[in-house]
Amino acid sequence: MSDDNNQEWTHRAVERIARESYGRLVAYLAAHTHDLASAEDALSEALLAALTAWPRDGVPQKPEAWLLTTARHRIIDRARHENVVLASEHTLTLMRTNGAEAPAAPEFPDERLKLLFACAHPKISADMHTPLMLQAVLGLEAARIAQAFLVPASTMGQRLVRAKGRIREAGVPFEIPQKSELPSRLDAVLEAIYAAFGIGWDDMAGASERGRELAEEAIWLARVLLHLMPDEPEVRGLLALMLHCEARRAARRGFAGRYIPLSEQDPRQWSLPLIEEAERLLAEAAERRCIGRFQLEAAIQSVHAERAHGRRTEWPAIVAFYGQLLRIHPSLGVSTGYAAALGEAGGAEAGLAALNAIDLQAASAYQPYWAVRAHLLERLGNTAEARDAFDRAIGLADDPAIRHFLLNKRG
Amino acid sequence: MQFALLIYESPEAFAMRNNEDPDPYRGAWRAYYKSMLEAGIYLGGNPLELPHSGATVAVRNGTRRVQDGPYADTKEQLAGVILLELPSRDVALEWAARCPAVTVGSVEVRPLAPETKRRIEE
Repeated sequence: MSDDNNQEWTHRAVERIARESYGRLVAYLAAHTHDLASAEDALSEALLAALTAWPRDGVPQKPEAWLLTTARHRIIDRARHENVVLASEHTLTLMRTNGAEAPAAPEFPDERLKLLFACAHPKISADMHTPLMLQAVLGLEAARIAQAFLVPASTMGQRLVRAKGRIREAGVPFEIPQKSELPSRLDAVLEAIYAAFGIGWDDMAGASERGRELAEEAIWLARVLLHLMPDEPEVRGLLALMLHCEARRAARRGFAGRYIPLSEQDPRQWSLPLIEEAERLLAEAAERRCIGRFQLEAAIQSVHAERAHGRRTEWPAIVAFYGQLLRIHPSLGVSTGYAAALGEAGGAEAGLAALNAIDLQAASAYQPYWAVRAHLLERLGNTAEARDAFDRAIGLADDPAIRHFLLNKRG
Repeated sequence: MQFALLIYESPEAFAMRNNEDPDPYRGAWRAYYKSMLEAGIYLGGNPLELPHSGATVAVRNGTRRVQDGPYADTKEQLAGVILLELPSRDVALEWAARCPAVTVGSVEVRPLAPETKRRIEE
């Protein structure tokens, strides 16, 4: 490992420790007060206080406990200052548990799972699940989240404030759902993490640049979730899926940022350790014998990953996995992926027939649909219609590298 | 809701208008235009001639002032206007992000103000 690498690694490690503490502390404070905004405020004040206190007094032996105690004091101080009647049972509990002695690490339970479920609660609008998680669990700033979601920073800031207000006012519970509710509630959490990863589509032509900068954050969130829910196969499936895609990051762009589609990527540029980890996770998930959407999506990526070992892509296997996905989790992306896979396994004609079965209205602004259509029409020698579809795909692309790639293909 | 996409381009982008076909920038615009039409959101719009072809008129203290070129002397100049019918500002921002001009300039998204127009029409 070179010095630079080593330094970067250390830097990241420190960043991750800080990140882990942030989420744990916010989760613990918010689970008691049900007030996410005030928990975050108190913690940022505690972090500020640490910046002055620690260089002076030395870093405390239990930095987390120090931050927690300081943050609790801030919450209680503010409640007193604002002359708020401390009617909230939770705040009272928080005060009572606020002993003189800071709790030792094992006595400071990890409430992040409750926080994740609160962020993805049905009472919170679905498009805010991901931004809330990124802020509450990872401590990302609104401006950074806004960039990934293509809205101005102030807009995202306001939406986050509103969503946190909703958590408080609608009494969103900080709890792990009952068994009967668990599958659908867990699905919302997984969905939100996957949305942060920012790729509904990784293949033929469409990887959107937007949100990609959050890929590492999403993987980190999935690791946290796996640590908290080691028995849920879909959590493993989601992490496997994201690691497979992440393994190809370096191969996705060529000279001067040129876009390289999966079929043209050099598998030697893929990360073998990430692929191996993904494969292991997927195998562990399969042992539970409970198939799910993310395991299937990961299985598709696992078939593509065979190229890393010099093997050909088994398109019929991909078609079969997409077929299962269509049954248990139909979506425009899945239908398009199915058609693309069929085009490779059973010929362009079959692929086009599957594409034609998709509702055109729904696909009118869906970029991957037009990219796949163009690709299939071109293979069939239907140049005029292919150019038309290429135009639609180019016009709908928001990534300049993909636009450029398709312009060249169109000719 | 109706939105205007105000397209701002750099002098380099204006200069690309004279490129011979096939030109990637024009190709991207052709595709973008087609996508808006096919999506059924396009209301109208047009590119503008080069900034120096224009003139700015103002009357101050009873004196009429006419100045060659655009009002503001900035690097990026208004290069075109597109009017779209869209469900929300978020969707308008998505369409702005697809505009080829974002890599060589910028696109401002502004809702139209039909209420203001209605008061004029009264």
